[in-house]
Parts: sequence; C-alpha cells; structure tokens
Amino acid sequence: MRLELRGITKRFPGVIANQNVSLVVEPGEIHALLGENGAGKTTLVNVLYGLYQPEEGEIRIDDQPVTFHDPGDAIAAHIGMVHQHFMLVPVFTVTENVMLGVESVRGPLGLLDRPAARRRIIEISERHNLRVDPDAVVEDLPVGVRQRVEIIKTLYRQSDLLVLDEPTAVLTPQEDEELFEIMRSLQASGTSIVFITHKLNEVLAIADRITVLRRGRVVGTTTPAEATRESLASMMVGRSVDLIVDKTPAKPGGPVLEVAGLVVRDDRGHVAVNGLDLTVHAGEIVAVAGVQGNGQTELVEAITGLRHPVSGTITIDGTAVHLAPRNVFEAGVAHVPEDRLEDGCVPGFSVADNLVLNTYYRPPFSKGIRLDLGAIERSATELVANFDIRTPSVFNDIGNLSGGNQQKVIVAREFSRPVRLLVAAQPTRGLDVGSIEYIHRRIVLKRDEGAAVLIVSTELDEVLALADRIAVMYQGRIVDIVDPERATPELIGLLMGGSAPSVAEAAAAAAPAADGEGAG
Amino acid sequence: MTGERPPEQPATEATPANAPAPAETPRPTRRVMAMLGGAARGLLVPVLAVLSAFVIGAFVIVLSDLTFFERLGQDPGAALGTALGGVGTAYGALLRGALGDPTAYVDAIASGDVEQVKAAFVPISETILAATPLIFTGLAVALGFQCGLFNIGAEGQLFVGATAATFVGFAVTGMPWFVHLPLAIIAGFIGGAAWGFIPGILKARTGAHEVIVTIMLNYTAYNLVGFILKFPGYQREGRSDPISKVTEASAWYPPLIEGLRANWGFVLALLAAFAVSWFLFRSTKGFELRAVGFNAPAARYAGMSIAASTVLAMMLSGGLAGLAGTSVVLGITHSMTSGISPGFGFDGIAIALMARSRPRGIIFAALLFGALRAGSTPMESATGIPGDLVVVLQALVIMFVAAPALVRGIYRIRVPETTGTEVFSKGWGS
Repeated sequence: MRLELRGITKRFPGVIANQNVSLVVEPGEIHALLGENGAGKTTLVNVLYGLYQPEEGEIRIDDQPVTFHDPGDAIAAHIGMVHQHFMLVPVFTVTENVMLGVESVRGPLGLLDRPAARRRIIEISERHNLRVDPDAVVEDLPVGVRQRVEIIKTLYRQSDLLVLDEPTAVLTPQEDEELFEIMRSLQASGTSIVFITHKLNEVLAIADRITVLRRGRVVGTTTPAEATRESLASMMVGRSVDLIVDKTPAKPGGPVLEVAGLVVRDDRGHVAVNGLDLTVHAGEIVAVAGVQGNGQTELVEAITGLRHPVSGTITIDGTAVHLAPRNVFEAGVAHVPEDRLEDGCVPGFSVADNLVLNTYYRPPFSKGIRLDLGAIERSATELVANFDIRTPSVFNDIGNLSGGNQQKVIVAREFSRPVRLLVAAQPTRGLDVGSIEYIHRRIVLKRDEGAAVLIVSTELDEVLALADRIAVMYQGRIVDIVDPERATPELIGLLMGGSAPSVAEAAAAAAPAADGEGAG
Repeated sequence: MTGERPPEQPATEATPANAPAPAETPRPTRRVMAMLGGAARGLLVPVLAVLSAFVIGAFVIVLSDLTFFERLGQDPGAALGTALGGVGTAYGALLRGALGDPTAYVDAIASGDVEQVKAAFVPISETILAATPLIFTGLAVALGFQCGLFNIGAEGQLFVGATAATFVGFAVTGMPWFVHLPLAIIAGFIGGAAWGFIPGILKARTGAHEVIVTIMLNYTAYNLVGFILKFPGYQREGRSDPISKVTEASAWYPPLIEGLRANWGFVLALLAAFAVSWFLFRSTKGFELRAVGFNAPAARYAGMSIAASTVLAMMLSGGLAGLAGTSVVLGITHSMTSGISPGFGFDGIAIALMARSRPRGIIFAALLFGALRAGSTPMESATGIPGDLVVVLQALVIMFVAAPALVRGIYRIRVPETTGTEVFSKGWGS
C-alpha cells in the first residue's frame, strides 16, 4: 500500500498539533516518525487511524483520496495500529483476542469458529516468525509476546500498513532485535510500516526513511545513510544536542544508603525483592539496570517508605529510618517516582502547589496552619526559571503541561533542597532528547554536590551514560555489579535477561564489537 | 503514547518561522483573559441549566392543565395564548414569592410605615431562611468532594446535629444568649461531626466505601433520632408524638430584623462559607485534603496521611451538616421533630455539584434553591399550580448541571477537545 498524507493540519484550541504535514509511505517501506514528545506524532497517526478528523489536508491510499470517520474505516482500508498500551483482553486466549471484532462463525447456531481462526494465526505467525502460542491466555504472556499478539491482530485483519506507536518502549534490548526481525519480515512481504519513536539508535537501525516532526511541522525527511544520531537529534530539538553526558570520574565518599537482605512483596503478595544487598556511597551514581518487573519498583518503594519490607534492613547515613514517606524525606532523601502522573504530581493542582507538595507544611511555606501563598509563589517563580520549566505561569494546572515539563517540575522540587540521597526511578521515561539531556546534567550535578544517587532505569543508554557503577537486577536480586568502563549493551542486556555473570561475559566478549554507541 | 499532548507553548529558542503560532496576545493580558474566561465558563453552564429548567418547567405548567388540549382543538391560537399567560402568571407569582413584589416595595417605602416595609421584605426573608440550611449542607458535601469523598450522609448528620443542639437548647437554662447560643451551635457541630466520623474512620481503617456507609447511616440516624424523641426527658411533657421540649429562647438565632424570620443563622452560614474557603485553599490541612482528593497516591508519596485526611474531611463535612440542623431547630422550629428536614442533606449534593464545590458558588446556588422553595407556596395559592412544580424545576436544574455535555450540546458551546470532564469524586466502581 502506498500511503500519502497531504497537508494535514489538526488544531486543538490554542495549539496547532499538526501543521501542513505531508509524508509518503511507499509500499514495503519502514517509515520512521521521529520527534520529541509533543511534536505531534501521536496526533498525526490518530488522524491516520480515524481517531481525529483533520481540519485541512487529505489522506490518499494508492493515490485515491480517502476519509476516515473512525478507526473502523481505517481498518477497512487495511490500516492496522499497535498502540503503545495494548488493547487486549487479559483473560482471553490469544486466538480469542485476535478474532475479537472479526469473529468467524460456523454452523446454524453461529458458534465461534475457533479452529479456523487458530489455523490462520498459526499460519501468520509462522510466515513472519511471530512465535506465539494461540491457546495461551494473554495475562500469562510477557510484554514482548503480547506485542506480537497485537501485530498478529492487525495482520489477521489483512493490514497492508502497520502503525507501531513507540513499540520498543516496553521491550528489552534482545526483544527489540526480535521485533526488528519481525518488521523486516513484514517488509519483505510488502507491508508498509509507520514506526513512531524518539530513540535515535532504533531509527538508524531499522528505518528506510525518516520523517522528523518538530512542534507540529515536518522539519525534514532523510534516510539512515545520510543521517547521524547527532543530526537527527538536532533536527528533533532544533538545536545541537549533547548526547554524551559530561561527567568527571566519581569521588565516592562514605556509604549513605545501605540495603541488606531486603525482602519485599509486590501487590499480589509475590516476593519481588528477594534478599537484596546494595550500598550507595556519597558522590557516586549507582544505576540499577533491569527489565521491568524484576523488583525495581518494589525496591524503590521500600527505600522511600512507600512499601513495608518483609525483612532486611535499610539504613541512611548509618541510621535505620522508620520507613514512612515523610520520615524518609526528612532524613534527606529525594525521590523522583517512576510514574510521574500517578505518584509524582497532583494534576488539578497548579505548578506552584506541586512544587511544594512535600514541603508545604514547613517554613517558609507555612506559618502555623496557614499556607504562605506569597512564599510559595516566589519560590515557584524562581524554580520555574532555574529549571527551565515551560509554563505560561506558575498558577497553571500541571496536568496541562507536557510530560517533559511535568518531570521538570518534579525534578525541580526534589533537586532544589539539600539531599543526602537521591532516588530516581525512570527519570527520563517518555521524555524528549532535550529534556533527557537537561535532567541528566542535573543528576550529575547532584552527585558532584556530594549526594548519593540511585538511578533505576530500563533504558540501557541511560544506565550506561550516567552510572559510576551498574547494578544489574534480575528476579529480585542484584546479579552483578559492572564497571561502566567495561560494560557493553550486549553484556548488560544478557545479564538483564538472566544469564549468569560468567556466561554473559563470555558471550559478550565473543560477540563482534558493537557500534558502542551510548557507552559514553 | 500516553503523555503526549499537543505542544502547549512555544519554546524560547524556537525560531519564529518554525513555531506554530498559538495565542499571540501578550502574557499578562492572556492571563487576565484566561481568568475572566474561566469565571464566565464556570457560570455559563449553571445559568443555562437554570434557564433550560424554566423552559421545560413552562411545558410542564401548560401540559398539566387538562383543559388545555380541549381548548387547543377549539381555538388553537387562544389556547396557546392562555397557556403562555398561565406560565407568565405562575412564574411571576413564583418570583414575587421569592423576591417580593416591586409595587409592594414602592408602596411600603412611600407609606413610611415600618410594619408595611417589613411585610414587603417578607419574601426575601423567607428566601434567606430557606437558603440557610442549604448553604451548610452544600458546604458539607463540597468539602467531602474536595477530599474525593462523596458524603451522601449529610441528611443523617443534620438530624444528629439538630438533636444534639436541641438538647443543649432546652437542657441548659439560665444562660445569656451569647453563651447559650454558641454552646448549642457547637453541640450541633459536634453531633454532626461524630456522625461523620463513623464513615470516615471506617473508610480509613477498612476501606469501607463512604457512599454505602453514609446512606445506611442516614436510616440509622432517622431511627436513632426517632428513639431519642420518645425518650423521657427529651420528649415534650404531655405529648405522645415524637417531639422534643421547646428550646430556651436564649439558644435561638436572633432575627436579622425584628419581625422577620430570617436570622443570624444566615450570617453564620456566610461565615462558614468563608471559613471553608479559607481552610481548603489557604491552610496546610486543606492543602493535604485537596491533594488526597485529587491524587491520593501522590499525596501518600508526599508524606501526607490519606487516613487522617479522610477522617478529618468526613468530620468537618458532618459538622457542617450538623450546623444545617442548628439553623432549623434554633432558627425556625425551636424544637426537634422528625420532620425538620425536607431533604436539605440531599439538596446539598445538588448545590455542591452546581457550584462545582466552590464555597462562593454554593451561596448563590443555595439562594436559588431557597428562592424556589420560598416562592412555591405563594405561587400555589395565587395560581393553583402545585408547589411541587418547584421540585420539578430543582430536579431539572440538577439534571442539566449534572450533564454539562447536554447543556453544551443544546446551546452549541464549543468545548476544548483536550479538557476532560470534571471529576467530583473518585471511588465509584473502584
């Protein structure tokens, strides 16, 4: 299928999300849509998928203009979309999920024809190496496999053009590679793919053509052969970007955070952190690398007092803190939580209120039981300037800011006071290159001021860029501590996937030296 | 992609050529405009809701006249004319009953007779009187909303508060009014707060949903109060029906103007609105309460206690409902019966919704409902249209306010695609 978008303009009140966007996706092409958060990528594909109606412009398929009133029209035109958040029914099997909405029936009673659907699924999965058990229940499947189910769903509906919205956000590096294999296989069979991402390496690895969006407009179209990471980054951001975090070697002091024999259960009562030991010294950044769901969330929640450990000790500066969020905070711990909208800020509150979310009860922000709104506003105005938070005013609802600016509000709040220990979980998840660069610099600055820093990240690039020591977490334990000097993405990836350290090192050493990007 | 939103504002480094141009007005102007626009938008839906309710109410008036259809067959023009005239008369009577008769004002002032002037002001006084308990219950429900709690139990809290205030009103004797009245008011507040404490602590400790618990506690309160009203020492001597002793005059809210029924309970209600506003938006506890209401996990992360905020909000909410009870028993009936509230606690829910949980808005919404109530009897006696029409009007107002999308649809108000719907209370279906 040849897809053409001509002059698409989509306005929201006060903003133009897409302005005169044109692009062409040739049959069998992998077309990357690259841009910062808020650049209008999602709006554009939502227009393409019939979720939004553009004010101007047209969509042409094989040179015929088409109009999509809803996703049903887009599906009928053989466009398939894999959303970042999967649209699957957890208690249904793979087959049931795939046939949902296009059920084939048999017999006079109109019974579901599962065997026929199952046969087609097996056929599709074999053709494109989409390994999946059609009888497995979706809730038992790992994230990477669920994504394959989503892809099968679109192929089952005979999509000739596939839109993948940030597909790698939830995958391990090894799973990324498997996904790319699948994409190449689809491409070989003539399927066009629109691939949304803000990760530069991926674009260069897989795309045939790259369209970069910035502030709702197309800033350029290029190919991996012509582009470099640096050129793409500066196209996205509109200025040159420092992709390598500038930092001097760490000068570690005494231990600040000491965790010993920690056992924590998750919400379902399963042991998530299983006898973990970890020490973080003043003036060093320890990054915990791991695939999501290996106990990192529970580890951070235990350290910050949000979850009671089953056993083990956590001490800060040698003293055991009674673990409640306020005690931990008063012991000098700053926490950038993993889920910023869920835990980190209060949408509906202003930027100023969010900046005092955990200090509102202390002077200078309160006088007795009275809030000092003047002091809160002055401090907020200063932080907004210092941390480059882009908001029309400090009184604006934080819920209306972009993800990057929300994260900057949280970073400003947590970084603007003297802290002994900084715990930051996924500090740059979903952020654009400019914001990532900025937040990384602030983290290094905090380290240089003598704070102990614990970073938890599933982004390998981030771990490699920031860490003075890399602690790889797998199934609730730290399986290895790696010096970033000798860490490669392959080694960390293997450790994250559960290979024993000795095996992983041997395998990584045997692998051909990779491009080494990101190992700054 | 979850968090991705359309770009909000141009970045500072953006070259003008590349940046899409959102609003171009300079910033200070933009802020003022935004504030004004916000206020106007906030008022638009309630005002249109009231208007729509009256339009539909007019149809109800016309259609409830059974002779209308008969006459419509004979002489459509005349029938429609009388129908419209009837609507005009009814609404006119309603308005006069709620706000007074302009000619009566003019005549009274011209005559210079104090009694006549007072008589002219009776409708306004009745409106204020009817609005007083509604302000309290509106505030009670709104305070709960701000903490993410849906207090359906204001009615029960009102009854318990009124019972306690009445007890202090008749049991304490020989006190000057400036001691006795505050004591009785405080008793009313504590009674309501105690009744609000129960769902609060149950929610905080066990997670029991406050909607279920408060509904059930309403029934418990009715029956508990019924029991107390028959209790020797509480029940009025020589009576076999459930009615309390008469409270001492020293515990009554003094009238605002001698001879009119509107009393200082209204002033207390205005002060309560101010106090609630200050508490919610200017105090540390109010900050906690609202943070818990908007996003409990973030409040917990910030070191606030969700349990403490829940209990505090329910107690304050109950206390305000208790004050509504005092405004009836110390301001109107001067004794306690099981019939002191025609549903003030439930009207409070509608008022809080209509005012979007803002104390200032609650005053206006309560005055509107009070005016409808005060105007219903004069309308009925003047036109024969049942006072129940007012209940229909209230229900329609509530319906339109609860469905802002409907009002926006009818009047074709454009709403920003990015704004979500207002969430008053979380917890349904959780």
